[in-house]
Amino acid sequence: STAFVQWVGEKTPISDTSYVGIDAILEQMRRKAMKQGFEFNVMVVGQSGLGKSTLMNTLFKSKVSRKSVQPNVEERIPKTVEIKSVSHDVEEKGVRMKLTVIDTPGFGDQINNENCWQPIMKFINDQYESYLQEEININRKKRIPDSRVHCCIYFIPPTGHCLRPLDVEFMRHLSKVVNIVPVIAKADTLTLEERDSFKKTIREELRANGIDVYPQKEFDEDAEDRMINDKIREMTPFAVVGSDQEYQVNGKRILGRKTKWGTIEVENIAHCEFAYLRDLLIRTHMQNIKDITCSIHYETYRVRRLNESNILFTSNPPDHPAVQPKANGQPEEQPATPQPNGVAAQHEALSHEM
Amino acid sequence: MTVCYKKTQNNPSSNFTDKITHILLFISPWLRGTQHIRCTQSCTSFQELLKLEIIAYKSEHKYGILRKNKVQHKHTEHLCLLFFVFQEKQYVGFATLPNQVHRKSVKKGFDFTLMVAGESGMGKSTLVNSLFLTDLYKDRKLLNAEERINQTVEIIKHTVDIEEKGVKLKLTIVDTPGFGDAVNNNECWKPITDYIDQQFEQYFRDESGLNRKNIQDNRVHCCLYFIPPFGHGLRPVDVEFMKALHEKVNIIPLIAKADCLTPNEIKKLKDRIREEIDKFGIKVYQFPECDSDEDEEFKQLDKELKECTPFAVIGSNTVVEARGQRVRGRLYPWGIVEVENQSHCDFVKLRNMLIRSHMHDLKDVTCDVHYENYRAQCIQEMTRYVRNESDNRMESPIPILPLSTPDVDTEKLIKMKDEELKRMQEMLNKMQQQMHDKEQ
Repeated sequence: STAFVQWVGEKTPISDTSYVGIDAILEQMRRKAMKQGFEFNVMVVGQSGLGKSTLMNTLFKSKVSRKSVQPNVEERIPKTVEIKSVSHDVEEKGVRMKLTVIDTPGFGDQINNENCWQPIMKFINDQYESYLQEEININRKKRIPDSRVHCCIYFIPPTGHCLRPLDVEFMRHLSKVVNIVPVIAKADTLTLEERDSFKKTIREELRANGIDVYPQKEFDEDAEDRMINDKIREMTPFAVVGSDQEYQVNGKRILGRKTKWGTIEVENIAHCEFAYLRDLLIRTHMQNIKDITCSIHYETYRVRRLNESNILFTSNPPDHPAVQPKANGQPEEQPATPQPNGVAAQHEALSHEM
Repeated sequence: MTVCYKKTQNNPSSNFTDKITHILLFISPWLRGTQHIRCTQSCTSFQELLKLEIIAYKSEHKYGILRKNKVQHKHTEHLCLLFFVFQEKQYVGFATLPNQVHRKSVKKGFDFTLMVAGESGMGKSTLVNSLFLTDLYKDRKLLNAEERINQTVEIIKHTVDIEEKGVKLKLTIVDTPGFGDAVNNNECWKPITDYIDQQFEQYFRDESGLNRKNIQDNRVHCCLYFIPPFGHGLRPVDVEFMKALHEKVNIIPLIAKADCLTPNEIKKLKDRIREEIDKFGIKVYQFPECDSDEDEEFKQLDKELKECTPFAVIGSNTVVEARGQRVRGRLYPWGIVEVENQSHCDFVKLRNMLIRSHMHDLKDVTCDVHYENYRAQCIQEMTRYVRNESDNRMESPIPILPLSTPDVDTEKLIKMKDEELKRMQEMLNKMQQQMHDKEQ
């Protein structure tokens, strides 16, 4: 049946003498973006058992995590940190996206966890490197496949006290190369008061250690951004609960966890902050997260690489050392003699730097 | 269930979003599962649509806009919005990604560089003014014949900022006065090709440089070439010009001052020009193919566009009264030529194509094809330069030479040069040491 509602105004002439039509370019861009599709690469880091895979599945409402893809593999803690990528093509309302979830089993699970963040750092830098190589190619692809890690979700166990040394170490090193979104995992063990005090402590510790998590204050573009991002910064880290089980609550089917004392509704903001995380990551800031990765983290990496390879091509060292943003706060050694092997050789040495 | 909401252009309602929300909330209790509501609203601004989408997402029932169609209906344009009601489970929300991208683009604004080329008096400036509804050439002084004898082809840039419905465009018009005006026009396109190459080179340097935050894109996205209507097709200078430029810039040939031709003459001339373009192997800008899932109307418009090239255009800086309306046109004793009347000339087709439907594609082809070709050539020349360099000092003009696909020869050469450098450095050190010892 058709209900026709009509508000009629004056008839307008077809000749629009004062309208050029440049706003149509937005529609042209949208068409192209829809055709091309989008890419998003998210990494999850945290000890085993913190609900990383479940949270990914909850965020994207389908089985995108590594565990879901390989359900029959026995759960075992690997001896070193492994990096496992799983990609899915998802679609929603005509928008296609290639979602890659990068899991890091073994992180923080050993007896001695020194430098367990290094393989992760290497992986992230490797992605930057392969993008750079493609970019400087002579015959480069029209659209360079983007495997760079856009966002790293770091899972903090819900101890209720403070950050552990491992958490600080990891975030200190990696916040300089990738966008980190810290979350308090399995937050259904904290009461609201405990949660708030835990969050406050975490925020203070991050500040004291000079750790800038997403959204970083220095990358706010204008007053409008700052206003929105300040609100988010007051709420990080988000206290989340994940679930892929559905229950019936008040006549609606919702995702949740059922216990004897009640059902925790994942998407209920009175219960946990999953909805805020989802909105931030997907509905409002996904493009911004990608932009910061491309225009800041990647550019920092690129500048560093260019300065290194400049050593190969000028016979005299530069008069003043080029400004080199340090990825991990350590001074870098300038090699005494130029190496003839090309750009690739340098990279190996750097990525294992402490 | 289909709900149609129609609103016309002259009645912009600030309550539009309220009205739609009201309708949605009103009928939503009767919606189960996935059903669609179709809402039509004419000539809405993109901003309004974005606002509406945000409201829709925030509302309890998680609406979203599936598809936007532009429908030409009698006297007004309608924008058709198809809403889908999703049950909460399936809805993740990354469908807002295109909007997130747009928000950034709207903030940043767009830029577009258009070149116009052709002899003097072809109506280039008038056409540009008509296209963009500006007056870019207010204080122009036209040279007389004597003054033009010694004039060479110049490149003059005019920049203007245009804003419409919240979208900002920085438009640059590159003018080429003097082209084809001299007695001897040999290679009169050289300043033009040089200019285009310079812009590519500048972009290449910027792109390869260290600080890429604010790269200005001055590359020429499109060149309108004005063919005089007086002849019988392409002249030698037209052919040579287009062949010199067709691999550097998107060329759109136009038949200028088309009001001196009858419809039959126009058709003959167009056919002739198309034939000659094929014959001489000139690669003018090709409209991209339509997707198979576009609606029929779009495909039809696209087909008509392609069959109409080269566009026969008329421009005007004056407004005349025709059929009870004020329009841009030219007043003759025998009638009034209306610039925006599709039966008079192809101006509307050109404008729609250039601005409303293909501006983004023109930029894409410039970036992905013309610029990439230039870049590849440039890099190959540089590696050849490295190979031929018999001198010991090797300085690359740009910060980085791509080595990811070097041929074995180049790598060997670089290795050799490096060893040579090392040897020379050692020799220098020895000599310095010897001199130092002698002094003592």
